[in-house]
Amino acid sequence: MKIRNVLNTITPKTPSQKNGAGSLGIRNTKWLSFPYILWMVGFIIIPLIVILYYGLTTNDKLLTLDNIKSILDPINLRSLRLALELSFVSTVICLLLAYPLAMILNKSKMKSNSFIVMIIILPMWMNFLLRTIAWQNILERTGIINTVLKFFNLPMLNIINTPSAIILGMVYNFLPFMVLPIYNVLIKIDKDIINAARDLGANSIQTFLKIILPLSLPGVISGITMVFVPSLTTFVISNILGGSKIVLIGNVIEQQFRIGNWHAGSGLSLVLMIFILISMAILSKYDKEGEGGSIW
Amino acid sequence: MTDNKLINLVNISKSYGDNIVLDELNLYIRENEFLTLLGPSGCGKTTTLRIIGGFENPDQGQVIFEGKDITRTAPNERQLNTVFQKYALFNHLTIAENIAFGLKIKKKSKAYIDDKIKYALKLVNLDGFENRMPNSLSGGQQQRIAIARAIVNEPKVLLLDEPLGALDLKLRQDMQYELIRLKNELGITFIYVTHDQEEALTMSDTIVVMNQGYIQQIGTPEDIYNEPQNAFVADFIGESNIIPSIMIEDKLVNILGTNFACVDTGFGRNKPVDVVIRPEDIDLVKPEEGTIKGVVTSLLFKGVHYEMEVHAHGHDWLVHSTDLSPVGSEVGISVDPYDIQIMNKPESEDEEAVELEI
Repeated sequence: MKIRNVLNTITPKTPSQKNGAGSLGIRNTKWLSFPYILWMVGFIIIPLIVILYYGLTTNDKLLTLDNIKSILDPINLRSLRLALELSFVSTVICLLLAYPLAMILNKSKMKSNSFIVMIIILPMWMNFLLRTIAWQNILERTGIINTVLKFFNLPMLNIINTPSAIILGMVYNFLPFMVLPIYNVLIKIDKDIINAARDLGANSIQTFLKIILPLSLPGVISGITMVFVPSLTTFVISNILGGSKIVLIGNVIEQQFRIGNWHAGSGLSLVLMIFILISMAILSKYDKEGEGGSIW
Repeated sequence: MTDNKLINLVNISKSYGDNIVLDELNLYIRENEFLTLLGPSGCGKTTTLRIIGGFENPDQGQVIFEGKDITRTAPNERQLNTVFQKYALFNHLTIAENIAFGLKIKKKSKAYIDDKIKYALKLVNLDGFENRMPNSLSGGQQQRIAIARAIVNEPKVLLLDEPLGALDLKLRQDMQYELIRLKNELGITFIYVTHDQEEALTMSDTIVVMNQGYIQQIGTPEDIYNEPQNAFVADFIGESNIIPSIMIEDKLVNILGTNFACVDTGFGRNKPVDVVIRPEDIDLVKPEEGTIKGVVTSLLFKGVHYEMEVHAHGHDWLVHSTDLSPVGSEVGISVDPYDIQIMNKPESEDEEAVELEI
C-alpha cells in the first residue's frame, strides 16, 4: 500500500487521472481493472474487516469495546503520547530539511537535477531494515562515530537507545517522502506566476510567503502525511534504535500480536487509525486542490 | 505620444549558450507610445520585453528608464508592469485579491485598494467579479483580470507579452479594440509583443519588426506595410509578390524582362533589386491592355476577395481581386507605378528572409 501511495504522489497527475478515465473506449478496458479490484478486496478490504472484527470482539466472540478502551491504560497512553511527540518532531524536522532542498532542486536548472533526485530515492532501493540496523551500528557505544570520537579523544556520543536516535531513524528513512511531493509541486508552479509577483512589487521573501508557499501547500500536506503516518505507526525503528526502554504505540501493538492477543492489538490499531484519520481530515482542509493528502 | 524618450535600450545583447537571441539591439520607446515588437517565434521579441521587465539580464548593454540605468534593477523596483502570455493569475487568490496584490505590497489603505479594485474591474468590463476565483473565468476574462491587476499599480509602462495569443479570433478582435480604448483612457506607454501582423497593424503607433535578434524595420503601420525595407518585412507583413528585378534607371524597373514605371529613385543604374507588389495592388485587365500577359492557374474564394495565381513571364503572380477571372483565361497584368516598392538586395545573411512557419 505504501508503494502505491508513493507512486501516486511522486508521479504528476495527468488530466485523465484527475477527471477519471477518458470517455473513449472505457467500456472495452473496464475488465483490465479486475485484477486490481481483486487485489484491493483480498489485501486491503478483507484484512481491514478482520482487524475490525478482532478489535471489537473478545476471545469468546462476544462484542466488546474493551480492546479499544485498553488505550486508556496509562502505559498505553504514555506510548501513544510518545509516538505522537516523536513523529511530530521528526515530521517538522523533515519539513525543515526538505523544503529548502526541494527549492534548491527547483531553482537550479542543471541537468544534474534528475541525478540529485535519484540520490534522494536511491536509499529507498535498499532494505529498510538493513539501513536502520546500519544506523544502530553507527550510533552504538562501540560504533563507528564513537570509535572516531575516541580516536581524537573527544567526548562520546550517547544517543543510541534515546528518543533522539529514534527521531534520527525516522527522519533518515522518511525524508525522501517529504522531498519528492514538495519538489513535484514546486516544479509545476509556472515561472511567470513568480515573475508576476515580482513584477507587482513583491520582493523575494514576500513572493515566497504569499505565492510560492500557498501554492506548494498540497505538496507539503502530502509530505507531512507520508512522513507522519509511518512515523506514528513504526515499531521497527524504535525496536532497533530505541532499545527496550522506549516503547511506542507501534511496539505495544506488535507485542500484543506477538503474545497472541490479536484482540487487544487490533483494538489499539483501530485507535491509531482513528488518530490518523483525524489528522488527515485536519490536513485536507488546507488542501483545497485535493492534490495531495486526499490520496490516503 | 510625445517625443520624450521614456525607455532607451542601448547595445543590448543576449545569448543562451551558443544561441544568440539579441545582437547589439538599439531601440527607444517614447512616452505614451503604443509600440509593438513583431516577429516570428525565436526572433528575440519576448526576450527584449523580459529584459525591459527585468526578468532577464542582458549579457551586455544598458536599459535606460527616464534617464536612469535600470539594467540590474530587480523587477519589483521598476515602474512598469507586465501582462503575461498565460495570464499568470494567482489561482489561490480571489479576483479582488489578485488585483489588490501589488497595492497591498505597497501598503495602500483599504479604502484606496477597494476603490482601485472597483475602478479596474469597471475599466475591463468585469464589474462584480471581486469574489470569483481565477479558475472559474474564461480565457478572455482571465486576460482582462491580468490587465486590471497590472494597471491598478499605475505603471508608466505596460508590457504585454502576446496577451491575446490564447484567445479565439473573435475574442481577439474585441480585445484589440478594448486595448486601444484602455491605452487611450490610461494615457500610458504600451510595449506589446506579438507574432500576429494584423494585431500589430491594428493597434500600434510604431511597429518594430524583428528577426533572428536583429531589428529589420521600425516605422508606423503604414510605413511597414507600404514600404517594407527588405524581403523579410515584405514577406512577414501580409502577402506579397517579391520578384528579383533590375533597376534600369530612376523611376524605371525591369521586372522579368518587361519595363515597369515606378516612383522610386536613387538606386543607381542597372542595379539588381527586389520588387514588392502587394497582391491587392495588381489589376487584372484585358490581355492587350496589360503591361504583361499571363494565364490564370488557380482560383480561391476567400470571402472578401478572390485569390488568384497568374502565370506570366515565368513567375506565379499572387493577385487579390473582388472580380473573378476563371482558371485558364488569359489576362493582362497592370500595376500602378506607386504600388511598386523597390528594395535593395539583402547585403548580409542576417537580413535575408527566412521561411516562415506562421
